[in-house]
Amino acid sequence: MAADLSAELRERIGQAAASRTPLRIVGGNSKAFYSQPAADAETLAVAEHAGIVDYEPSELVVTVRAGTRLAELEAVLAEHGQMLGFEPPHFGATASVGGTLACAFSGPRRPFAGSARDFVLGCKIVNGLGEELNFGGQVIKNVAGFDVSRLMVGARGSLGLLLQCSLRVLPRPETEATVAFPIAEPAAAIEFMNRLAGRPWPLSALAYDGVSVRARLSGAATAVRAAAANIGGEFDLGGDSFWQDLREQRLPFFQQRGDLWRVATAPAATQPELAGAWLIDWGGAQRWLKTAESAESVHRACTASAARATLFRGDGSPTRTPLTPELAALQQRVRDAFDPLGVFATYPD
Amino acid sequence: MPLSATFTRLCLDLLGAANVVTEPERLRVYECDGLAAYRTPPDLVALPETAEQVLGLMRLCREHRVPVVPRGAGTGLAAGAMPVTGGIVVGLSKMSRILALDPLNRTATVQPGVRNLAISEAAKAHGLFYAPDPSSQIACSIGGNIAENAGGVHCLKYGLTVHNVLQVKLATIDGELLTLGGPGLDAPGYDLLALAIGSEGLLGIVVEATVRLLPLPPATRVLLAAFPSVEQAGAAVAAVISSGLLPAGLELMDNPAIRATDAFVHAGYPLDAAALLLCELDGLPEQVAADSERAVAVLAAAGASEIRVADDADQRKRFWAGRKAAFPAVGRIASDYYCMDGTIPRKHLAQVLRRISEMSAEFGLAVVNVFHAGDGNLHPLILYDSGSDGEFAKAEAFGGKILELCVAVGGTITGEHGVGSEKIPYMCVQFGAGELQQFLRLKQAFDPDGLLNPGKAVPTLHRCAELGRMHVHRGELPHPELERF
Repeated sequence: MAADLSAELRERIGQAAASRTPLRIVGGNSKAFYSQPAADAETLAVAEHAGIVDYEPSELVVTVRAGTRLAELEAVLAEHGQMLGFEPPHFGATASVGGTLACAFSGPRRPFAGSARDFVLGCKIVNGLGEELNFGGQVIKNVAGFDVSRLMVGARGSLGLLLQCSLRVLPRPETEATVAFPIAEPAAAIEFMNRLAGRPWPLSALAYDGVSVRARLSGAATAVRAAAANIGGEFDLGGDSFWQDLREQRLPFFQQRGDLWRVATAPAATQPELAGAWLIDWGGAQRWLKTAESAESVHRACTASAARATLFRGDGSPTRTPLTPELAALQQRVRDAFDPLGVFATYPD
Repeated sequence: MPLSATFTRLCLDLLGAANVVTEPERLRVYECDGLAAYRTPPDLVALPETAEQVLGLMRLCREHRVPVVPRGAGTGLAAGAMPVTGGIVVGLSKMSRILALDPLNRTATVQPGVRNLAISEAAKAHGLFYAPDPSSQIACSIGGNIAENAGGVHCLKYGLTVHNVLQVKLATIDGELLTLGGPGLDAPGYDLLALAIGSEGLLGIVVEATVRLLPLPPATRVLLAAFPSVEQAGAAVAAVISSGLLPAGLELMDNPAIRATDAFVHAGYPLDAAALLLCELDGLPEQVAADSERAVAVLAAAGASEIRVADDADQRKRFWAGRKAAFPAVGRIASDYYCMDGTIPRKHLAQVLRRISEMSAEFGLAVVNVFHAGDGNLHPLILYDSGSDGEFAKAEAFGGKILELCVAVGGTITGEHGVGSEKIPYMCVQFGAGELQQFLRLKQAFDPDGLLNPGKAVPTLHRCAELGRMHVHRGELPHPELERF
């Protein structure tokens, strides 16, 4: 059911602030694995606060309530030949737009088109004082005030409840094709991907699964054909499903035993020395690791390689490469600026 | 309060006499940025050469409660770098080295005083470029670009500064060095990098930046389309975007702009056109060919009276010459002009231009319109004569009405110039008390004593109430919660 529940949600947060009750924001609940709310938190259900509020294909902008299902939004955009440029993973049929932005999840297109935060133009939030606030707007260029809209992306609801967002959308490419290059060594694959990305090919995804580098090309049919002929490789007719399965973590790699770590690093950086299986996405900037190593070892090895690790799915509590004390203190002050009473119960890091 | 002799001596001890300006005649250079109508003489200008010196200055200023105004190349257009009385200006022009260029990772790490264009010039040897290209790119610095989240002609396709910066080292008012972002495409914790970009020097001073470089497109083509009415040109912009094209640039000029620029650079524009659209397409040659075929069809269907196509570099340069020279060209036909910077949803282009033209008659001041049509960023140039009593005040009032109009149709008061000192009254038009208070709480998280660029970008509610005399609407006072005397 699409409905505007702003008033009810605002009131509920106001009451929680008055009674100092921590709240756990739940949209489609498809990403519960990615947050760790306080044990005594009450659920604030947002899934029914849904619906497309405004969509102007000629403006390349869509405004949606946070509970809107991602699949529903993508279907409406597709009817007009448009798409979400950051190609977000769903991790379940109930995935919502708000949850996707709160987690800052972006898919394989990210290095070439931009991340979730890059597509956010504005948002309406309720802060921890129960105030409904509007930031940003519906236009691409806007430098009035601090960029609070983008700050909300990845904050996992710890700064406020996302009520509504305006997102920039992109035209869908006329044609897409995937070419594959068998490469045995990860180091060679990383270098190959980055050499490719340094040339003006119409790339829209670049990944290495331990066997082959796959490159997705997008654009006019003539341009895709010309690029494919130039860079070589074998056409992979199963390319579309490969990118979807990579995005949704359905490839065999993700079914292996062990904790799943996400390692963020410079795309051409050497691999951190850690035992386990690797899958490399985003041309090298997002690396997935399946390992039995301890969190401490993972963080130590990643820090040594200027990489940052996040336990994405595992048996233990989520852990991330720690922030410096100065950054951690500033982050807490930023949090207090939005939620001084500690209503929102998830932890940003 | 003037700066104490002790504070000045400590600055001299920290930076050396060659890096501290105190002589009144040399200080005058720093009394304004590109918006010369707003001036305040600084008390002292510090010109640090290293990040450590910036951190030392910040500690001094925090200890002595001295306000700090950061300044890049001084090309800003919203008086964001205008000094404050009793404060210092920290000029970053001496920190102008490219520290590293990494072609495989496609990044450049630079000091804040590096010029925007210098990054692309250095990257060119590797077939790469830095995409954000504000009009002042030959002179403006990357630190200033980050502080203002600068845009430019190619934003529609390549994004703003915020989309093209990976990491920033920020000197806080406490004298701490924060690293925001990282060498990869994201970093843990809150996205404080996005928050710092466009914060107009209110949260910290950028002392180093790592920016993304993109492969240079091998082919570029520019289409020039003339339209018999501004309405048709506006509709053509919407039609181009709806057709699935993503031009690298999509610029519009109205008839006064066409005439003024053609008289200046002799670009050969059709002088009788009511509006001129410039559409730049780039990418692989095959992509450009396919896109331009589609664009020509769309522009023709939208009622273009003439379409010209430029393939070679000379032709492209000629097509762009007028648009790029618009500001100096207008400078020849009026003694002064006041450049506005509102953004509107594209669908309101024609309506907004019509209303600006009506207001031009009401105020008795001519207007020339050039703008980034692709992203709805207007730059009306209001012509006035500073030698004529009260004309600047009239131009300011007219500009304010344009910004109010932008907000009324769902746009914003600044697309790329920033708020600075100039547009601070209009922040109270775009934002309510709640949002402004949230901005102020956020500012306090970084700068509890309010020493960084005070009086810029975010007004206090009290200031809004004072300035609100211009915006009393249906008898309702702005911010009725504040006491008035």
